[in-house]
Amino acid sequence: MFSRISLGVLLIAGMFTITTTGWSTESISDKRADELRHMVIQDCGSCHGMTLKGGLGPALTPQALGDKPKDAMLATVLHGRPGTPMPPWSNLLSREEARWIVELLYRGVEP
Amino acid sequence: MSRMLPRYRVYLLVLATLLLTGCQNLAPRATGDLGLVIERATGSVQIIDTGSRSAVARIDGLGDLSHASVVYSRDERYAYVFGRDGGLTKVDMLLQRIDKRIIQSGNSIGGAISQDGSLIAVSNYEPGGVKVFDAQTLDLVADIPAVGENGKRSKVVGLVDAPQKRFVFSLYDSDEIWVADMRQSDKPEITRYRDVGEQPYDALITAEGRFYIAGLFGEDGLALLDLWQPQAGVKRILGDYGRGEEKLPVYKMPHLEGWAMAGNYALVPAVGGHEVLVIERENWQLVKRIPVHSQPIFVMASPDKRSVWVNFAHPDNDTIQVIDVATLEVVDTLKPGPAVLHMEFTPRGEEVWVSVRDANRIRVYDVYTRREITSIEMESPSGIFLTNRAHRIGL
Repeated sequence: MFSRISLGVLLIAGMFTITTTGWSTESISDKRADELRHMVIQDCGSCHGMTLKGGLGPALTPQALGDKPKDAMLATVLHGRPGTPMPPWSNLLSREEARWIVELLYRGVEP
Repeated sequence: MSRMLPRYRVYLLVLATLLLTGCQNLAPRATGDLGLVIERATGSVQIIDTGSRSAVARIDGLGDLSHASVVYSRDERYAYVFGRDGGLTKVDMLLQRIDKRIIQSGNSIGGAISQDGSLIAVSNYEPGGVKVFDAQTLDLVADIPAVGENGKRSKVVGLVDAPQKRFVFSLYDSDEIWVADMRQSDKPEITRYRDVGEQPYDALITAEGRFYIAGLFGEDGLALLDLWQPQAGVKRILGDYGRGEEKLPVYKMPHLEGWAMAGNYALVPAVGGHEVLVIERENWQLVKRIPVHSQPIFVMASPDKRSVWVNFAHPDNDTIQVIDVATLEVVDTLKPGPAVLHMEFTPRGEEVWVSVRDANRIRVYDVYTRREITSIEMESPSGIFLTNRAHRIGL
């Protein structure tokens, strides 16, 4: 119960941040962007498949994400999903980096 | 009756000998020193030779090999490679080429070969279930949809072979363990065990093929099935090892296949903790928790059972730690490089081969001095599978 409430709070907080700062990810350096892309393919890929078509975790292709709200995705990346193996990545990623990853997923990782 | 060979025949003989020695494929060789390394980014595998410590040949065209695994035919000639995209590829280790390849599902996770070597089983995420194929032809023999008690199709994990031509596997989405008796190949006889524990995520079978043990993600503990007493059902062990402790985020699911069974002990990775758990095999009680570098992924005993080698989850995956089984303490810490994904011991355990994905290298260590002997270039190497697995139950 607590986790649901806190997730809701985070979602609202997330939306607030997004509306105030937008989805700018400009300060991610090229080097860091390469690292993040590598991490998405290899480490997210451990559960979601290297092509992100799904594994133990669900598919994360642009088609699979469809019109799911980006802010909910951001909250999932940063804070995980209680009751599932999806861990919170906020210890390893800044909010901006997580946003960059969410944008990448909606755009499609493959060039 | 002796007579001279005509001169042209002598020439022919010499020519034939030259041709034979010049053409390596025709030279007899064995497969006992061979193995496969998965190159997961490029959808290729490399045949390695642990005798000469070298890469022998690269084979392309195996599809999506993230999370790929391999079993071997009983004559060690053919490797069956299970790919993430549902591909099942039969590789000829001697002719160094793909013998057959099928796409058998949308999304698969692993496979097993039956005790007699006649059947290949593949566990699938999408659509959830197990498919069984003829090992020679890869023709479909049986299809087992994993529809759980909840009426939903479940992802299948932890598929292993068990004695008497059985396959055992777990249903991730419905908390079940199934045993498929394949003695009548096209009519599998299924025994279902329900409520085995929340979210079984992987499993192993002990080397003698008696105990099937599934790790649980949704709760502490493990689910244990004694195949000598299948009627006794599945029981829960280590149910309270982490009670009251805050779980750490799990950035990569542990693997159970390589579980270390050393003497009277089983050493297992703690889910969400920086420790290796030591279990007494007589009564399945926890006897010790060994603090380690980070969250363990593979916890593997050397063939002589003297040491146990552990690798770790992202982002601490540049490290291997070695546990001495005599003292149950960490005796060494190695830094092979970024993203250590897998370890495989040579059949008698004098060396261990380690894949270091982001260094694009396999490193070979002496198991006793723990010094690096050599390293071999590979493209994003992950799993290493040597042919001696052909003769081990559950691998």
